[in-house]
Amino acid sequence: MSTAAVVQERKPSAGGVNRTFLWIEIKRMLRNRRTIIFTVFMPAVFFFIFGLSNKDKLLPNGHSYGQYILISLTVYAAMTAATGAGSQVAVERAQGWSRQLRLTPLLPGAYIAVKAMAALTLSLVAVVAQFVIGALAGVTMDARTWLTAGLVAWLGSLVFAALGLFVGYLMPSQNVMQILGPALAILAMLGGLFMPIEIMGETFGNIAKFTPAYGIGQLARSPITGEFDWAWILNVLIWLAIFVAGAAMAFRRDTKRV
Amino acid sequence: MTTASVPAVHAAGLHKSFGKVHAVRGLDLTVQPGEVVAFLGPNGAGKTTTIDMILGLSAPDQGSVSIFGHTPRGAIARGQVAAVMQTGGLLRDITVRETVQLNAAMFDSARPVDEVLARAGILEIADRKVEKCSGGQQQRLRFAMALVSDPGLLILDEPTTGMDVAGRRDFWNAIRTDAQRGRTVIFATHYLEEADAYADRIVLVRQGSIVADGTAAQIKNLASGRTVKASLPATERGLLAGLPPVESMDYDGGRLTVRTGDSDAVVRYLLNNTGAHDVEVAANNLEEAFVALTGDDAVPESTSITFEGDLV
Repeated sequence: MSTAAVVQERKPSAGGVNRTFLWIEIKRMLRNRRTIIFTVFMPAVFFFIFGLSNKDKLLPNGHSYGQYILISLTVYAAMTAATGAGSQVAVERAQGWSRQLRLTPLLPGAYIAVKAMAALTLSLVAVVAQFVIGALAGVTMDARTWLTAGLVAWLGSLVFAALGLFVGYLMPSQNVMQILGPALAILAMLGGLFMPIEIMGETFGNIAKFTPAYGIGQLARSPITGEFDWAWILNVLIWLAIFVAGAAMAFRRDTKRV
Repeated sequence: MTTASVPAVHAAGLHKSFGKVHAVRGLDLTVQPGEVVAFLGPNGAGKTTTIDMILGLSAPDQGSVSIFGHTPRGAIARGQVAAVMQTGGLLRDITVRETVQLNAAMFDSARPVDEVLARAGILEIADRKVEKCSGGQQQRLRFAMALVSDPGLLILDEPTTGMDVAGRRDFWNAIRTDAQRGRTVIFATHYLEEADAYADRIVLVRQGSIVADGTAAQIKNLASGRTVKASLPATERGLLAGLPPVESMDYDGGRLTVRTGDSDAVVRYLLNNTGAHDVEVAANNLEEAFVALTGDDAVPESTSITFEGDLV
């Protein structure tokens, strides 16, 4: 008998990150209308509502309030995009896809890496979209400010990609974003992305410093405020560590149970 | 071939509990390359739990599994084993072709995407979104995904659940054609006809352990050989004490029903020593064997031909 599937010794596949996987992941995200509404449309509406009317008011240091609002909302857009992308693992778990992937050589670390890269791609789209909308609305900044603020908002979103993965592995829900959406809005508000911390009052101003959106917002706005504090970087790193640890823990629990 | 002695599956002393439920209790199974094995049993018999352990999706509490001499994970990394699961495992928002491409991308060497789509019979719906596919088409897609790595061992967990008759026939034709190329196949099922029609060997499981293992014919024999029926005057009932040992006997309304492993001896005794007439001898079918070996007291007498509904 001629056997097509004989018991040949084979080499194990590497199971690492691969381009087809990443490309299909990105395509899936960009096709998802709800994702685009959350990451591009909603922050844009916020900008038109809150930013446009105050665009030309000046901050004490001479920068315009429009810049302040635009950068803050860009951070918000990027964090929503990254959280949304990460939380998609909840949907994939519900559909049995993560279980299916365990029947392939793909390593868990590579899966997480692809998810993180896809999240960063989506948050980059969010940052660029927000900046284009801001620029079209008449916000002007020097090149260094655009670049620094954009990079901080974009790379800082990794913190929230980890949050998305954490929650995605924790919750069985298909509608994880319906819970995360409002939660992110609250975090954005507490972190000073919707209104300046200075006008939040002392209690909320102090609470703000311990919330996950605070550090990224402060860092992203530092080119226009001219301020810098190592505590902001510490804030980002601590929250990143918390969310990554949480995601790793939830992931292990998930793969053990099945 | 020197590797022929390595079994496709070797599972030894598998135990698995979920809380107080002891789902698998000391299960041993060895499958040789090229065998087509049906894993037959009622719901809750531990079929899926066993398959999960064979695939390394869950760890046994006790016991070990090797696939072609490797750990389950090692065999998966080598593309030597693939599985078609009962439900799930598909992303709804991508196309059929993208699904197979994605799966193929995970392996260092994979069959061409269009080739496996054609073999699973879904090449013409390759650009359809998964969510738009029927249950049968989705199942063929799972089959196509399993073919991507050209695995030596294919495991199917209740693969035709929810398919209509034509869908089931088409699906099994595809599997059978494929198995003729030498692939080892293990499939869990509760459809007796599927086990009877498509497997070389039937492994009957009940309450987490194997209660019978052999060809369909052997399994049928195991369950009390044959049934002898005869009409017998009520006055002669006392003579039945002289029958050779039988497995069960029932006398109702002048009609005697005897289950026995030695029907010849029973018939000889009835004809020689009693006034028995209208004697019938019938071989037990797989269904009766199934009920006898896996059923419990809750199994109703009037079981229909297939075990689709409540029984399984």
